Amino acid sequence: MSTDQTVDTAVDLGLEAAIEGHAPVDEELRGHQWLWIMRRALGLTRTRIGLGIVILMVLIAVFGRFVAPHSPTEFVAVPNSAPSGTALFGADALGRDVFSRWLYGGLTVLWMSAAATALGIVVGTGVGLVAAYSRNWLDDVLMRGNDVLLSFPAIIFVLLAVSAVGPKLWLIVLTVGFTHAPRVARVMRGAGQEVVERDFIKAAEVVGEKRWRIVAGELLPNVTSPLLVEIGLRMTYSIALVAAVSFIGVGLQPPTADWGLMINENRLSISVQPWAVFLPVIAIGLLTVGTNLITDGVARAAIGLDRGGKS
Amino acid sequence: MSSKQLLKRIGLGLLTLWLVSLVVFAAVIALPGDAATAILGKEATPARVAALREQLHLNDSLVTQYTQWLKGILTFDFGDSAATQQPVTQLLSDRVANSAFLVFVASIIAIPLSILMGVWTAMKRDKPADHVTSNVTLVLAALPEFVIGMGLILIFATGLFHWFPAVSLLAPGEKAWEDPQVVILPAATLIIAVVPYVSRIMRGSMIEVLESEYVTMARLKGLPERQVIWRHAVPNAIVPAIQVTALELAWMAGGIVIVEFVFQYPGIGASLVDAVNNRDMPVVQTVTMLAAAVYVILNLAADLATILVTPRLRTAGR
Repeated sequence: MSTDQTVDTAVDLGLEAAIEGHAPVDEELRGHQWLWIMRRALGLTRTRIGLGIVILMVLIAVFGRFVAPHSPTEFVAVPNSAPSGTALFGADALGRDVFSRWLYGGLTVLWMSAAATALGIVVGTGVGLVAAYSRNWLDDVLMRGNDVLLSFPAIIFVLLAVSAVGPKLWLIVLTVGFTHAPRVARVMRGAGQEVVERDFIKAAEVVGEKRWRIVAGELLPNVTSPLLVEIGLRMTYSIALVAAVSFIGVGLQPPTADWGLMINENRLSISVQPWAVFLPVIAIGLLTVGTNLITDGVARAAIGLDRGGKS
Repeated sequence: MSSKQLLKRIGLGLLTLWLVSLVVFAAVIALPGDAATAILGKEATPARVAALREQLHLNDSLVTQYTQWLKGILTFDFGDSAATQQPVTQLLSDRVANSAFLVFVASIIAIPLSILMGVWTAMKRDKPADHVTSNVTLVLAALPEFVIGMGLILIFATGLFHWFPAVSLLAPGEKAWEDPQVVILPAATLIIAVVPYVSRIMRGSMIEVLESEYVTMARLKGLPERQVIWRHAVPNAIVPAIQVTALELAWMAGGIVIVEFVFQYPGIGASLVDAVNNRDMPVVQTVTMLAAAVYVILNLAADLATILVTPRLRTAGR
């Protein structure tokens, strides 16, 4: 293994190190690998716990607003007042109902993270597989571009764009997606390179299949296990990054109810009204822990064995 | 290692940094309208806008602007802050030192801790201690830095205990190491964010080494277990951990942005957030270039370190 490969695989959660190239080789499973992996993953306790947490948080984020006792922008009590009959978890720094704002505050972070993840996965997989398949100057150019984007810490890249253009939601989705793309591309290129050497790719070339059809129809279905793990990993990071951008105050703008923004708005009064910080912190934490548990379950299922076990 | 290999890596690093500088410079061009109006606001008089345009050299061609800017960076002249009119170097010098101190404190604890945890869990593989550690690190690894930071504040500063300050307040001109209490919670946040990753990699790499033939051989020779682990296994298992440690140190360059903001710690990360809110582009550009340079240099150092500790690679270029 060259040193470059060590860098390629040993990033982030350490999961990527464990997942490359262990897809089931069973021919009849070709094209249905993801079903096989998901079924195995669902047999693991951690996946089920993760799934339970994520479903609960998504339900709260999507339907919470329909059961909220107050409007998220209505002033209902004395600022920073303690939990009472009118405000179950007290009032925030401006006197709005903490619980209602919490019930309203999850939807934006969810859709933004999902959109950013989808963008990063699609662009990253495309670039990675094309690079793996081309094996020529195009590979070099794409990977050099990758290195440049990787030199920016994700949050700094997003802040650079926001400071230039302004706090626009589409911009945050776009830049968060673009911080994922090179990391996804690196993993997918590694996975693709192993498949490119296999006989059925050569067979497709001999038959005269178009290049894009080989990449999309032959290469892609055979890299599903790293792809599934990447989707999970990137979702976890997207949630963290999108919420962080709102938290530092350059994402969603007041008076929107949003978990990240809620923490920012109420952190100065944390000692008198901890609930306004505690609830959104727990919500974001549960969400990322949930997606990470699912990801870990999928990664284990994809390898077929416990991590650290022989594969 | 051959000097050719070394030069190639350094060259690639420099090329990357140059391309990064183009991206950072392009961010200013992306300002809607123009930089002078963006800074002064829409109500500014045309005369003031014109004066600022002159001051920012916005009337020059893009190529001239870029070469001037790049020349400035290479001579450590990053221009003046658009918000305070002070030179950026003056504005950031104390803060760079504070941030460096924070990263230093976090890493001298995090790196040995994660190596020890990795080795220990590899030795206890599949025992209860390993399972518990693995589950705890899985949860911690998922938590965003600001969630960890706010959690620590709720537990140790305002809620359960009142042991540490929730906010890292320093008198003007005071350095972080003159009042080390302010660094405890921010450093703890960084450590909790980093250790799960590195210890997991270290564990995996250690398990691989423990199953290798030379470790079996050392055991068969009757060497004491302690010597097998620390003399034979760990030095080999540490190679992938070097790469990951470098990546994690580089990650801290971004992580401090959030962590410093959480604790209002007076470092460059907190400056960056202020600068983004004020659209103070010279400061944003400087901090971004610094972070990218740290990343490229650490990666280079990790590559070199890996080559130095791996005999097979050391001779590969000959």
